[in-house]
Amino acid sequence: MAHRLPRVVGALYAALIYGFIFLPVVVLVLFSLQATTLPVPPFTGPSLRWYDAVLSDRRLTAALGNSLLVALLSSALAVVLGFLAAWGLARFRPPGSGLWRALLTLPLMVSYLIIGMGLLILLNQLGAPRSRVSAGIGHVVINLPLCFAILYSQMGEQQARAEQAARDLGAAEWQVLLLITAPMLWPALFASFFLSVTFSWDEFIIAFLLTRFDTTLPVEIWNLLRAGLNPRTNAVGALVFLVSAVLVASIELVVLRRRRS
Amino acid sequence: MTATVEVRAVSHRFGDTVALDSVSLAIEPASYTVLLGPSGSGKTTLLSILGGFLVPDEGAVWIDGRDCTTLPPARRPTATVFQDYALFPHMSVGGNVAFGLRMRRVARGQRERRVQEALGLVGLPDAASRRPHELSGGQRQRVALARSLVVEPAVLLLDEPLGALDLKLRRQMQDELKAIQQRVGTAFVHVTHDQEEAMALADHCVVMNHGRIEDQGPPERVYLRPATRFTATFMGESTLIPGTVAGHRDGRVVIDTPLGRLEIAADGPSGGEVTLALRPEHVRNGPADGDGVPLGTGVVAEVVFQGSFKRVTVQGLAVPLLARLPAEHPVRPGDRLTLHCEPRHMVLLTL
Repeated sequence: MAHRLPRVVGALYAALIYGFIFLPVVVLVLFSLQATTLPVPPFTGPSLRWYDAVLSDRRLTAALGNSLLVALLSSALAVVLGFLAAWGLARFRPPGSGLWRALLTLPLMVSYLIIGMGLLILLNQLGAPRSRVSAGIGHVVINLPLCFAILYSQMGEQQARAEQAARDLGAAEWQVLLLITAPMLWPALFASFFLSVTFSWDEFIIAFLLTRFDTTLPVEIWNLLRAGLNPRTNAVGALVFLVSAVLVASIELVVLRRRRS
Repeated sequence: MTATVEVRAVSHRFGDTVALDSVSLAIEPASYTVLLGPSGSGKTTLLSILGGFLVPDEGAVWIDGRDCTTLPPARRPTATVFQDYALFPHMSVGGNVAFGLRMRRVARGQRERRVQEALGLVGLPDAASRRPHELSGGQRQRVALARSLVVEPAVLLLDEPLGALDLKLRRQMQDELKAIQQRVGTAFVHVTHDQEEAMALADHCVVMNHGRIEDQGPPERVYLRPATRFTATFMGESTLIPGTVAGHRDGRVVIDTPLGRLEIAADGPSGGEVTLALRPEHVRNGPADGDGVPLGTGVVAEVVFQGSFKRVTVQGLAVPLLARLPAEHPVRPGDRLTLHCEPRHMVLLTL
């Protein structure tokens, strides 16, 4: 009897922790299936009417498109830049490479609010309009350090020697990058891209500060919330969560598959 | 015949450490050259300079009649087999071997034929579609060899290629390397710290130490008549006996040693300190007869059974001696042995 108690306490503790983390999401998703107009108990669903409402709302679908565009393009750019920076610093060790590395990863410590404000002031000074492009630039700023850190950590000796072998066999530098370095780093490239997409996808502050008419989905959700609670906000929130969950799951899958092999 | 590779007075340093100190070396076409030395002797640095991975501080490297000193690896007629093979893990074995040909824009049909030929040469004719991680260490070694040979380099550079293999496989691969080299007729330059490997493979053996070439030549000559004290003790074992030149008589050098006055047939120096090197297998058991040199009587301090012989350390002489006795000899520590040798087996060293 006595040895069972710690197990019970442990299970209870775990249930509390996971409940704390996931209960809000469960409530959000549950009441997105509400059949009536208020997302509060009692539960009257399930019904897909609010999903239908979201997908037929031009503003929301436009915001969804903007979010996808900004996430995919800014992540692609962040991965390419992070990859080149990691490769250059790992392979050629320019003078002061420690300082360069620190400078590249520093934005990880700066709050999104500060980055957004800084970019906003800069864009104002330059007279550039707030748009998807400026939000995308903001997302490159926050995701580049992450991509760089992930890719730099994967630039091992094994790759370095394979690159040497490729050069020895007559490969030009761009061929080494394209045919050896990138394919060997494929899982890390994949992971950093999808992680960037995940972060960009539900990023609010920078997108809020740097877009004006063509807003992204999180900003549009915030607009909805200002009008009060509505199962429509639940439905669109559930959609955002679903996309993030799929992205994270696909990263896990790739990383796990690599570990096993 | 002109040399395939000519290394002219090459020096290189890493910070304050001199890795190579004015090294000159000629590598003949179709020869098997082994660079032998302990770690830190500069042998790997020299190989990197031949491969183009390092540009030497001083000196020049000529390959196939061209000055290649500053040419990058991709543009020189060399190919390297790396110590850890450095196979491309994301490509099949066939893809690995074809890589160099792809870079040279060889047409697909010809490429496939040459890949198949190269894999056949190294004894892996059916491995083209397999992945490197499915292969054993010895098989990866062969793939690395095929990948480098398929581009038909003027010189193949091998960086401790057998270091990662177990002893039995190493001896087997050693024989195959030699056979492959003779079949393709490419000049091979092979770096190792294993003197048995060096003697088994080399047409030309280069002994290196502290960034300098201590001795070079056919392995038999280097073993039997080493040029320096280092070579005498690194390439096999030797007992070194210090001595002073006392004079010359009938084309022989008279040397005073702790073992007494010895006469050696050599054109030695007229005076000064010298060293005599004596191989353990040339030390004979029993009192001297005829023109044998008595080495005295001593006490056996250590006996190590080595299979085909017993390695014996004898103390109590003027110089502790290493000797080899037949495996079936009942010698035990504490036994007294009287030893001698033939004067022709004593090698006079001045360096």
